[in-house]
Order: sequence, then structure tokens, then C-alpha cells
Amino acid sequence: MPEPATAREPVLSIRDLTVEFSTEDGVVHAVNGVSYDVYPGETLGIVGESGSGKSVSLMSMLGLIPTPPGRIVRGEALYRGRDLLKLKPKELRDIRGGDIAMIFQDPMTSLNPVLTVGEQLSEAIRAHNPDVKEKEALSRVVELLRLVGVPNPDQRAKQYPHEYSGGMRQRAMIAMAIANAPSVLIADEPTTALDVTIQAQILEVLKAAQRETHAATLLVTHDLGLIAEMADRVIVMYAGRVVEVGDVMTIFSSPRHPYTTGLMESIPKLGGGDDWLRPIPGQPPSLISPPAGCPFHPRCFLSNGRQRCRTEVPPLRPIDERDHLSACHFAEELIGETEGLGARSPEGVS
Amino acid sequence: MTESKQFEEQQPQRPSAGGMAPTPTYGGVAQHSGPIADIGEPTELALTWETGVDLKTRSQWQYALRRFLRHRLAMGSLVVLLGILAVAVFAEQIAPYAFDDIDLENINSPPTTQGNHFFGTDMLGRDYFSRVVFGLRTSVWVALVVALLSTAIGTAIGAISGYFGGWVDNLLMRFTDLILTLPGLAILLVAAVYFGAGDPLRVAIILALLFWTGIARVVRGVFLSLREKEYVEAAKASGSGDTRIILRHMLPNTMGPVIVNATLVVAAAILTEAGLSFLGFGIQPPNPALGKLIADGQSEGLKLWWLVTFPGLVIVAIALAINFIGDGLRDALDPTQRRIRA
Amino acid sequence: MLTYIVRRLLYSIPVLIAASFIIFTFVSISSDPLAFLRMQPGVSFDTIDLIAERKHLNDPIPVRYVHWVKEAVTDQFGTTTLGNRPIWPDLTRVMKNTAQLIIAAELIAIFLAILIGVYSAVRQYSAFDYSATTFSFLGLATPNFWLALMLQVLVVNILEKYNIRLFYVSGLSSVDPGEGFRFVLDRAQHLALPVFVLATASIASYSRFMRASMLEVINSDYVRTARAKGLNERKVIMRHAFRNALIPLVTLIALGFGGLFGGAIVTETVFSLDGMGFYFIQAIGEGDPYPVMAWLMITATLIIVFNLIADIVYGILDPRVRYD
Repeated sequence: MPEPATAREPVLSIRDLTVEFSTEDGVVHAVNGVSYDVYPGETLGIVGESGSGKSVSLMSMLGLIPTPPGRIVRGEALYRGRDLLKLKPKELRDIRGGDIAMIFQDPMTSLNPVLTVGEQLSEAIRAHNPDVKEKEALSRVVELLRLVGVPNPDQRAKQYPHEYSGGMRQRAMIAMAIANAPSVLIADEPTTALDVTIQAQILEVLKAAQRETHAATLLVTHDLGLIAEMADRVIVMYAGRVVEVGDVMTIFSSPRHPYTTGLMESIPKLGGGDDWLRPIPGQPPSLISPPAGCPFHPRCFLSNGRQRCRTEVPPLRPIDERDHLSACHFAEELIGETEGLGARSPEGVS
Repeated sequence: MTESKQFEEQQPQRPSAGGMAPTPTYGGVAQHSGPIADIGEPTELALTWETGVDLKTRSQWQYALRRFLRHRLAMGSLVVLLGILAVAVFAEQIAPYAFDDIDLENINSPPTTQGNHFFGTDMLGRDYFSRVVFGLRTSVWVALVVALLSTAIGTAIGAISGYFGGWVDNLLMRFTDLILTLPGLAILLVAAVYFGAGDPLRVAIILALLFWTGIARVVRGVFLSLREKEYVEAAKASGSGDTRIILRHMLPNTMGPVIVNATLVVAAAILTEAGLSFLGFGIQPPNPALGKLIADGQSEGLKLWWLVTFPGLVIVAIALAINFIGDGLRDALDPTQRRIRA
Repeated sequence: MLTYIVRRLLYSIPVLIAASFIIFTFVSISSDPLAFLRMQPGVSFDTIDLIAERKHLNDPIPVRYVHWVKEAVTDQFGTTTLGNRPIWPDLTRVMKNTAQLIIAAELIAIFLAILIGVYSAVRQYSAFDYSATTFSFLGLATPNFWLALMLQVLVVNILEKYNIRLFYVSGLSSVDPGEGFRFVLDRAQHLALPVFVLATASIASYSRFMRASMLEVINSDYVRTARAKGLNERKVIMRHAFRNALIPLVTLIALGFGGLFGGAIVTETVFSLDGMGFYFIQAIGEGDPYPVMAWLMITATLIIVFNLIADIVYGILDPRVRYD
């Protein structure tokens, strides 16, 4: 399904998005000039630590960030040619849940405890299809629940969220998201709050949802395994900026940014000969007073304190391939050094 | 889902993520050399280059203090409260007259600057300002004693209940609930009538015996949640006795909520004691009390408005200040108020 | 749902029994009805012994408790020690009056507090929010008896100066209140100030709580989900936020019910209303334990019943508790 990225029009285009928050400790620069495209039908993985701005950029695009204290400083978010950031509230509401749907991290707290699951799902349907009668909506709800693999959907629809297990709740959330056949599906850490055994199941449900809707999926996570399993292209974010973009094989096999390299390195490997884990040294940067120049330079093994890293913010530019971008002044030095870091080696343990 | 297998075969090659999908285990050893291999040792790389961030470690209490100092209303109230406390402590120096200085030539006069009768005089010509000041001192004293006693009792009961759980907890909580099913003021009145009131200490004890329930609840809540925490289990495993665990590991965690609660108890105690004294069942002459002053003022008829107004205003001022401070403390000690999701 | 209600009902019964025992013991220990009698010069020793006999005052407490319960159930709480007045008629009379006061005050308070709390939360940091918060703080810091007195002062002074009588400052009704509507109006004028005083304390604490609860809910994950679904803001607030925010308020109201009686005691005293509070003050003044015990028992029962109703309302609002 994913075709060469260059041949198509993006369904979603984010340009120079910058979001700040005023807090009592100062202004938090959560998102700094983030730009990327999303193409129809693809799965785009967005990787980063907490605080990298990966969730904030998407939520602010949908108007889900409270605007005191948050503020969208500048930027565009073009969905099918319309800038979401400039839409009137009603228009944005139509798109939210209808064209662009979101799945959140913690299904336990993301569902209203006093309404039945069926009521919440049919609400989602009728918000965007006001002519649909209750009965119709309910039967569609049962269909959706069946699609995501909830057993006995007709009974389950009348139950409350606390009667569902964690995995079932997340299935219900996914059902709610695909109820209106969105063109873009955003999954924000969809498996993080779940048990490991359930995670695999939910991934299958996500894949089924993708097949059903042919939606472009934005998969936001810090879990590289998830990315490896599902993503077609990957964006790596750090300190509110995009630092690397590329397709999944390339990112894993030959990362071109020291942060990405560090991420690949810090994953414990089965049967590895290493004696210790290799975390990225140092602390995540303060978003209130970020370091000057490249935000990663204090922790960067490649930088070695070079002047340019400390003063100039590196632009996101293509490295050895057109579709492989990196925001590093010295990305070329990584060519040839980082091969095989993340990929499976032939002799590896299965 | 039989479609999935077919689908997978059509997929371009993916980097393998080991066995199970999301678990970040990677097969194979990365063959690399050169500078990258040295990432492993944590070096001073961490903060060698200037990050512009000044990392100072502050203790939890320092953070709380900082937050409290920023709370302007609370700080202002603190100043006001300290002023009031100073007046209470130095009553003798501040009050122009003694509490019971009768001056029959000057009875029932409204507030005036003549003779320093700022609050006027009462039916026996006693300077009202002085009476209010002394009454204030008694009220403050009683309230503080109530807060202390009720905190002690409440903490003890809450700790025992929360720590041991089981039937002990059940019993103590049922007992607490029972006390709550009875109307508070009525119980206090019965106790006051029969166990003898009039004396500030007795009144304080009676009040404390009602006010401990709130703190007990709070402490119990904290203990119940901490009980499951690993460090308590670790302490137990390493052989610490129950008392030691309670005192060293768990009790300090209750400090925050207990302080907030105790502050609110002070305010509530002042109001309740004033009510009791007003009804005649609290502090009685010869001890001065603000509530009693108001009651006496009432019986003089409502034309002598200053007799009723001033003691009441003082009560409102103290209670307001304490409530603001309590609010500030709560904000300072509970940082989960404002959340900004990254 | 039904099992939940039945369970709560069954649970209340032992609580009632335990409360009755505690009340009896507590009051009996703290009082000696005979002491009062002994101080009266006109009462002979024989009379005192007779009364002690009749009231079983020389028996141990558990025995006396049984006698009391028997009397309470079969003889409507019996009679007072001095004067042998039946207790029940007096109690029922004052209960009716206090009921008017408390019900009016609480209904008004709940209604206004919810409005204020929700609006403050939705328009956080607005002028309305700040003034509402200020009033709440003031309300919580003001002793109710003092507020009552201040209102009386105000009304009396206005009456003096301008000869306008808006409200009455004492009593339940005027000397000749008339019939039907005139009666109701007269009663309302008399109760207006006491209801205001009682309601203020409740409004102050309920509205702050409602605001806090509403704020917490508005920032919750499921409200975020509701917004992400594309629902309009009104639906988000009303259907998702409000109902959830209301739930803890029910608990608060239930807990505060006991305090209402305390408020009634004070308010009725200041405004000279013939209600339960006034009755209680006089009873403890007389040193007679039986009216006091009857009063406490009735009040405890009312509180338990009210808590039961609150639990049911809670069960309606929050499906999670129904299936315990």
C-alpha cells in the first residue's frame, strides 16, 4: 500500500508549527518549528521521549490544547488544503472525530465512567451524522465493536467502561475513532498503558482498523518495537523539533542523527556481547531555557563541542537520499558508521 | 484473522523487532567500532557544553516554600495573622484598659477617639476595644490547643487504622462514621453542659474530641496508600519494627495534608467556640470570649451596634486569614494542581 | 440497583441501633436529672424517690437503656422528668417548623451553589469567578450567629429610619397572619432572614467544592476524548463534565446534613423561632435528659435516612457503585 512518498499529495501537511505554554516557571517552548507531511494510507511513526513535543504538536493542531496557558505562535496545519489552525471552532469540530480521529494512551481514564460504551460510541457517530437515528447508530456501534474484536458486542454495548478489561477498553476507543471513517487516524501511545500480552492484540486491532478505513495513521510512541512493527516512515523528535525523517528500514539500518543513533544503541539486545546498557548520557533539555544552537549538542557524541553545534540550529535537510532528512550539521560523518545498529543481523536470535 | 497473514506477505521487509511485536528486544549484535562504541561510558559529556540551565537540587520542602511565597493572598493573610497573633500575645501592652475596668460615667458610648475608646464602651462603661483584645487572646489560645490536640488524636487513630487495616481499620472507621451521624453542635452542647464548660481548657478539650475525625480520615488515607508501596515492604523485609516504619517512613508523608487540615481546624475551632460561647455554653465569665461579648451585646438591644459588630469582625478577619493561608498551603504542598501535558 | 438499595438499607439498621445506645449512654452519663430536682425547694424527697423509681434511675445503664427503648417505641419517648409533659407532641410541632427552615435553605443552597460552581469553573479566572470565590471565603469565615445578628441590626435600623418592613427579625408568624396566601407570605417574610443565614454557609462551601470538582473533571482524559470526538462545547460540559462533577458533591451534601441541625440551633435562637433548635437549647438548659435523648435520636434517624437517600442518588449518578 505505501508507495514512493514523492509521487503523492500529502493528506496532512504541518509547516513550521510552534507552540508555547506560559507557566509560573516561565515560557515552555513545547514545539519549535515542526514541519512534516503525512501521505494517504501510510503509517507514520513519530518517535520521541516525553517532552519531545510529539503529542502536543498533534493536539494543538486539533484545538485540544487549552489556550490559556497554551499558545500557537505560528505555523500551518494543512488538511486537504485547509489550514486547521485558522478554521472557525465549528469547522474544526466537524473535522475532529470525523476526518481526523484520535486514540489516546490510557483507555481507563479516557472513557466516561458514567455512560455506557454504546452511548459513547453512538455519540461519536451522531455528532458527525446528525440525521442518523438512535437505532441505526446503535446497530452501527455493535458492528464496530465486532470489528475491533469485542466479544458479545450487543451485550457489551450496554455495559459501562468499568466492566471492560483494559484491552477491551482500548478496542472500544479504536472503534470510536474509526466510527466515522476518518482519513487520518492519530494513535497517541496506544499500547503504553497496557499489559505486554495485550499490546500485541491491540496492534492487530489497529492494523485491522487501518485496513478497514484506509486511513493515514500517525503512530506516536517512544516504543521502537512498535515503530518497527507498524510504521512505513518515521519521524524522530527531540526537544520540540524534528531531527530525522526517513522510511522505517533506513532509520533503523542507517540512522543519520546522533540522537537516533543513541536511541538505537540504548535498546538492550538479546544475546548481545555488551556488558552494559548504553543510555544516552545527560538529561533531556529544559524546554523553558533550551540550549542555544542545536538542542541535542550537550549530549551529543558527534558534536565534541564544536562551535557550530553550539550556536547554529541545524536545519532539517536531505542526507544521502532525497527522502531521508536529518537536522544535524555533521550528519555526513555518520555515513558508514551507523550501519546495522537497529536492524536484525542474520545470525541474530529470533 | 486470516487476512493478516496474506497482508504480511505483501509487506516490504521490516526491521525485526525480535519475537513479540512491541517488546524492544533486537536480535543480533551490532558490529561497530570507532567513536560510537564509546558512547557506553557516561562521561562528563552530559553537561560539558553550556546548556544555559542551572540545575539546582531543591528539597521537597523548599519547593513547597517557593510555591507558598508566590501565593500573594496567602502571604498577605500571613502578615495579617501574625499581626493579630501579636495583638493576642501582647494584649496587656496593647489594650488601653483592663478587661473589666468599669467606668460608670461613660456607659454605652459609640466608638470615638476620646479616651482611646476605639470600639466604644459597653453597658458598664468598660472599654470595648480592650475587651475584644482579651477575648481575642482567649479564642486564639483555645483554637490552637484544639488544633494541637485534635491533630495528635487524629493522627494517632488514622495511623493505626491505616497501617494495620483489617478489622482494626473497620472498627475505628465505623466508630468515626457513627460520630459523624450525630449532629456536631448538639453533641458539643450536651458535653459542654454536663462536663462543665466555662474554662477555656475544658472547652478546648471538648472541641478537640469532635474535630479529630477529619485528620484521622486524611492520615488513614495516606497510610492506606503507602502501605502498598515498595519501600514499606522493603523496610518490613529488612526487619524494621512496626513503630519504626510508621514513624520514619510513613508519618513524614502525611505532614503536608495534616498541616493543611490542622490549619482549617484552627479556623473551624474559632468559629465553633464562638458559637458555643454565644449560646452560653462555651467560655464563661470571668474568662473573656468573643462569642460571649456578642451575646451580651445582643441582649442590650440592637441599637448599640458596635457591641455586636466589632467582636464579629475580628472573628471574620482571623477566620478569613487562616482560610487563605490554608488554601495557599494546600496549593504549595500539592503540586499536582496544574498539569501541562508534553 | 435494587440489591444496592437493600444493602444500604440493611446496613443502616445496626447503625441506628448503635447510635441509640451511644446517645443514651452519653446523655445519661453526663446528666443527673435528679440534681436539678434536688435543688428545687418545693420538691420533697418522697417525690424525688418516686420519680427515681418510675424512671428506673437507680438501675445500671444497660437496664435503663432497655427501659428507655421500650418507652420510646411504645410510648413515643415518654414524658419529661419535671412536669411529666409528653415529649412527642412538642417534638413533632417543632420538627414541622424546622423542616420548613432547613428544606428551604438547603434546596436554595444546592441550586445556587451548582450554578455558581459550574459557571465559575467554565469561566475560570473571570471577574465572576473571582467575586464568587471571594464571597465563598467570606461566607466560610463568618460565624452564622453573627451574620444573623448583623441582618437583624440592618433590618431594625432600616425600619427605624425609613419605616419599611421587609422582613421580620423574630418569630415564625405575626400575631394575625391570616389565611392561605397571606399566611404563606407572612411566613416567608419571617423565615427569609433565617433561611438566608443557613443557606449562606452551605452555598459558600458547596459552590467552592462544585467549582473544584468541575475543574478537575474538565481537565480529565474523558472530557478530552469527548472534545476529540468533535462534540460541541455545550454537550461536552453538560453531558460529560457536569454529571461526573456532581457525584462527589452528593457525598459532601450528605456529610453536611448534620451540620444543618447545628445551624438551625443557632439560627432559631437568634431569630426566636419555635423550632427544634430552640427546643434543644431549652431542654439542655433544664437539665432533663429525656427530651435531649429523644431529640438526638430523632435527629440521628433523620441523618441516617438522609444519608440513605444520598447513597441512592449517588448510585443513580455513578454506575460504578451499583455493582459492588
